[in-house]
Amino acid sequence: MGEKLIGRPIVPGEATGTVLRSDRTISLWGGVDPQTGTIIDPHHDRCGESVVGRIFVFPGEKGSSTGSAVLLELARGGLAPAALITRSLAPVVALGSIVAEELYGTAIPVIVVTPDAMSELANGVRLSVGRDGTLRPLDDRLT
Amino acid sequence: MDVRLSDLDRSMLNGDLGEAARFAMSVVVRMADAVEAPDLISVEQAHIDACALMSQSNLDFVSRLANAGGRVRVPTTLNMVSLDLQHWDRLGVPSAFAEQATTIAEAYVRLGCVPTWSCAPYQGYLTPRFGQQIAWGESNAVVYANSALGARTNRYADFMDVCAAITGRVPNAGLHRTENRRGEVVVRLPETGSSAWTSPAAWAALGYLVGELVGTRIPVLEGLPRPATGEQLKALGAAAASSGAVEMFHAVGITPEAPDVETALHCEAPVDTLILTETMLRDAWDRMSPVSAGDRVDAVILGCPHFSYAEFAALAAEIHEVDASRVHPDVQLLILTDSTSLALASRGGLVEEVERFGVTVALDTCPFHSPIVADGARVVMTNSGKCAYYAPGELGVKVAFGTLRDCVRSAASGVVTREEPPWERS
Repeated sequence: MGEKLIGRPIVPGEATGTVLRSDRTISLWGGVDPQTGTIIDPHHDRCGESVVGRIFVFPGEKGSSTGSAVLLELARGGLAPAALITRSLAPVVALGSIVAEELYGTAIPVIVVTPDAMSELANGVRLSVGRDGTLRPLDDRLT
Repeated sequence: MDVRLSDLDRSMLNGDLGEAARFAMSVVVRMADAVEAPDLISVEQAHIDACALMSQSNLDFVSRLANAGGRVRVPTTLNMVSLDLQHWDRLGVPSAFAEQATTIAEAYVRLGCVPTWSCAPYQGYLTPRFGQQIAWGESNAVVYANSALGARTNRYADFMDVCAAITGRVPNAGLHRTENRRGEVVVRLPETGSSAWTSPAAWAALGYLVGELVGTRIPVLEGLPRPATGEQLKALGAAAASSGAVEMFHAVGITPEAPDVETALHCEAPVDTLILTETMLRDAWDRMSPVSAGDRVDAVILGCPHFSYAEFAALAAEIHEVDASRVHPDVQLLILTDSTSLALASRGGLVEEVERFGVTVALDTCPFHSPIVADGARVVMTNSGKCAYYAPGELGVKVAFGTLRDCVRSAASGVVTREEPPWERS
């Protein structure tokens, strides 16, 4: 990716982390184990990987509206992703993030980006997320 | 933040009406911002699904609101809990599980909610009226409210339902707005004669297929026989909200916002038109029922969504017809229902009749949230499209789908017994 991208922060916040990129929509309920943060949906392209502390990039949400509760339970256990980046409005995920911040003070930014911007967010890239929705690559070689 | 707020909204947000109202309004306003709603609207009642969740964070959430003196501002019903609150002991539920579920349930009642514990709130207390703005959780209830009743709600995710109940306000977005209730996909049914549609199971199979085909869009179903019963519309909606994310459908000549196709489409052209064939319906039925006739059945689940009085009556009639006096000893025949339906069925002598046949009645709960299906069950039979969709993942079982009559016969014989689906394969 280039110098930076800007998305719309539907839940604003700051974060840094490494991208876990998925090309499949996800239902957090039945898709992520709330006690471990591991993706458990066998149909998902990142099944078996962990979302804990990662910047989880995914095309959108699907399925159960209980997904908000899964994100809240992850936040309670300190197992939440660092940030969530998606290309479609994801109200269930946004709700889980907002309640997590109100209840536990855990900020999990949720950023909506364009499909073009999304295609630039490769797996394994380290990013910083700003309150205004700015996504900057962090160059590890300089640190 | 661009969301326009009323004076009362602002008072709640500032904490003038207490910490619980501040917390809930903060969530509502931030969600309105996320979905870019211009303002908030008032809802006249709520139905909370979050009470079914067994997690420490759900307990933290509801305790925070209840301990801060939180009260719901509008009449609010409750979805099922993860426990038959009266008979859990008899159903073999471990006591530690029961204790946590009971604590969560009691906290929601402390908020002022009506302890209905029903996933079919439309067949009991506080049924919404046409055009009424409401905030409901639980996918089958949402699709029924929007479609069969013509009330207006989005499918509210867990915790948003609670915040809507406490504030009486929701973002002015989605299906609350007339323009978003327009039918999008015309679905034309094959001409089969009305006898094909007698059993609610046929409506469930249709819902299952429609959900797969339309996803989140609003279908306009053309060609269903009228009049339709509440049980038929319930079976259709619950299945469509499981295999797809259907929050509303129009059934032409049946549902209140669809006297004809043009009205359902708001006089605009459809986004798409689908022509269903009998073969497609039959294939959907087979997809729902991977277990073959003749295989052993371990459990039969009825009442997903919760069994109504009319369904108790239909079950009693089927039991009367079957050539057996009792459920097969190796089969668990389970009915899930709510206290209103159970009380009526009991007064009608129906509960005694079905229990004599060997039915186990579980109140207030759900087989996917409560450990009530017998351990080791391998094959489950049901007449519910929703149950057929979720049982493989949630219970790790294989499913046989059939009519209520098929379910009763299978429970009596211990093997899957299925009549042919009511459609011809061409």
